[in-house]
Amino acid sequence: MENFFIGAGLALGFLTLLCLYRAIVGPTVLDRIVSIGVIGTKTTVILLLMGFIYGRADMFVDIALAYALLNFLATISAAKFFRTRKSIQPGHKYFKEREGRE
Amino acid sequence: MITVLSILLFLAGVFFFFTATVGLLRMPDFYCRMQATGKGDTLGAFLTITGLALYNLNHGFTLAAVLVSLKIMFIVVFIFVANPTATHAIAKAGMDCGVEPWTKEGGNT
Repeated sequence: MENFFIGAGLALGFLTLLCLYRAIVGPTVLDRIVSIGVIGTKTTVILLLMGFIYGRADMFVDIALAYALLNFLATISAAKFFRTRKSIQPGHKYFKEREGRE
Repeated sequence: MITVLSILLFLAGVFFFFTATVGLLRMPDFYCRMQATGKGDTLGAFLTITGLALYNLNHGFTLAAVLVSLKIMFIVVFIFVANPTATHAIAKAGMDCGVEPWTKEGGNT
């Protein structure tokens, strides 16, 4: 059963790497926020898997719960912060100014 | 019996995680990506964590194991409330900033 957990953790880590692609090349800022939220949800499951692999599930459950809370707070606060900014779209004046300056 | 059921639940959850990731990578627009991840990720987390909570009860229904399983199920309940809320907040931020939804004629990425 441990081998199954290790394989499942590796599969979830591979999916996390695929999500990281969208976090790096995403055209708008909101794409990156969505992708980081998805990575956080997968990380919660991976933390629980680590607890079962090490045989200390009771300790890792608390860490996973704290990670889920922090992930939710980070997503909400980032969405609130970028809500009033006009600079999240590619092709906006901010991007053109930055390209012209470089 | 419990082990087989938990493995089946976990594999179904990994399948939904895979679906959410494919939607995140291949959808044309930010709103489309969000509807793929907001549903697939929530269901994937629900199935995988429920499978792990069932596997925790494998060695008998002692008080400590039941309490740890209840705590794991609390993570599921929290994700079920928090993930759609976060998706809604991001969509509202995008609409307030004036991000145009993708159309077939317009085709803005």
